[in-house]
Amino acid sequence: MSALLAADLPYWVQSLLRVLGGVVAVLLPAGAIVYLFLFKMMSFMQSRLGPMEAGPYGSMQLFAEVGKWLQKEDITPERADRVIFKIAPLVVLASTFLLVAVVPFGPDAWFTNFEAGVFYMLAVSSVSVLGILIAGWSSANKYSLLGGLRAAGQLIAYELPMVLAVIGVIIQAGTMNLQGIVLAQNTGEIFGWNGLGNPYILTQFTGFIIFMIAVQAELTQTPFDMPIAESELVSGYMTEYSGFRFLTFFIAEFATAGVFSFIASVLFLGGWGVPFAWFGWTDIDSVDNWMNVVGPLIMFGKMMLLSFVIMWVRFSYPRFREDQLQRFAWKVLVPISLVNIMVTAILKVAL
Amino acid sequence: MIATDLLVAQNVGFGIISLLMIIGAVRVVTVNNVVHAALWLVIVLSGAAAQYLLLSAEFVAITQVLVYVGAVMVLFLFGTMLTRARIGAESDLNNKNWFLGIPVALLMLGVMSYVIVDGFGSERLIENSGDMQPIPVQVISDDIFGPYLLPFWALSFVLLVAVIGAIVLARKD
Repeated sequence: MSALLAADLPYWVQSLLRVLGGVVAVLLPAGAIVYLFLFKMMSFMQSRLGPMEAGPYGSMQLFAEVGKWLQKEDITPERADRVIFKIAPLVVLASTFLLVAVVPFGPDAWFTNFEAGVFYMLAVSSVSVLGILIAGWSSANKYSLLGGLRAAGQLIAYELPMVLAVIGVIIQAGTMNLQGIVLAQNTGEIFGWNGLGNPYILTQFTGFIIFMIAVQAELTQTPFDMPIAESELVSGYMTEYSGFRFLTFFIAEFATAGVFSFIASVLFLGGWGVPFAWFGWTDIDSVDNWMNVVGPLIMFGKMMLLSFVIMWVRFSYPRFREDQLQRFAWKVLVPISLVNIMVTAILKVAL
Repeated sequence: MIATDLLVAQNVGFGIISLLMIIGAVRVVTVNNVVHAALWLVIVLSGAAAQYLLLSAEFVAITQVLVYVGAVMVLFLFGTMLTRARIGAESDLNNKNWFLGIPVALLMLGVMSYVIVDGFGSERLIENSGDMQPIPVQVISDDIFGPYLLPFWALSFVLLVAVIGAIVLARKD
């Protein structure tokens, strides 16, 4: 796609198209997750119909919701730190946009192709913690501050298992480039049979489970929603936000769920690729151009599958207590992922 | 000759980012709210990451974001918010010995400039066909785990000592 574009389009047009593509890649998953899973699936799981009035099966409900939020009054608490209060949701959303920049959607359909893509992903995902912390602080509200501190403690704790779970994949692929990881999975073989490639969910199953648990915690979805526990903290760091600024937090939450599902599908499910042996491809240059159209669709399918799992867990389990949550991260997930790294490294050298 | 060398995009970017960093650094010490100071420091540290990117040192730039913005500053903010972080201006933030910082800062500037000039002199980044290639991560890791293994190892002992110290401080009995 970009090879085609690079030939005739000037730099600014390419940049504009990349920005538009980024907006689509962030907002489309967010919309799909909110309508299909948050509105419809949650309702069906609770034996009710969910939104039915706006459009067929309530499919226009999202536009009604956005319109509602945009109309609401934008309230800033009197004693809040105004400037920081207004910046905070944008910091969280910016982290999501920075995150999607590194996801590959096809052989040429990428926004940036960082050499250390996985590392970049882990770095920018930690920026959202800053936004959440200052949102909690600047609201001048005890509940908000407590929620912000809880969120920060939880996000710091679960970032570690996430990093360690990804290291197994990096060792096995031998590269930190996300495009390289896709390539390694789709050209791989299982005991000499290459009909399925070698998706790392098979060899790195432990890593996959730890990664998904850490993602659940990073997104502060139930069972890890202590920071926004509504029965004790109203809604945590978001308590004082209304209208458009609340909407920003809301979009960031579900867009990040989508982007993390994209990343998990790249790391563990083979990303945009189909097993290269099917069409006789050998490396990234020999992949046919139509993969630039099919690749994003495959990615979208895998993303919906993984975010379905995230939402399924969210609707099924009760909330962890704060001490259980911390103990689970430090005493269960970190040791298991360390063992996983060691086993992967030994097998990598031995085999 | 000088003009063509000077007006490349990297230099314009360098100028803008440096200006932001200088403003940020001055605000860190002049602003009268702890959290605001920490947030200005975030801008300075992210600026440093952007400068590394301009030098095509991608790995160092990402490490800067991961370590300083994602971990150290979050810990700073976390700590100040747990203990004392009032909203609005505070009057007692200035230490009365603040002027002692000026000679120390000047000394640091002198030492760092000397080390950089002495170490790199007139060396230039290798340019091929206009755009600079980022340094591969493998080269960095080969260096760290090859010739610099011993310093790296020693550094990990510092971390171990810090962890043990934290545990000792946090123990109740």
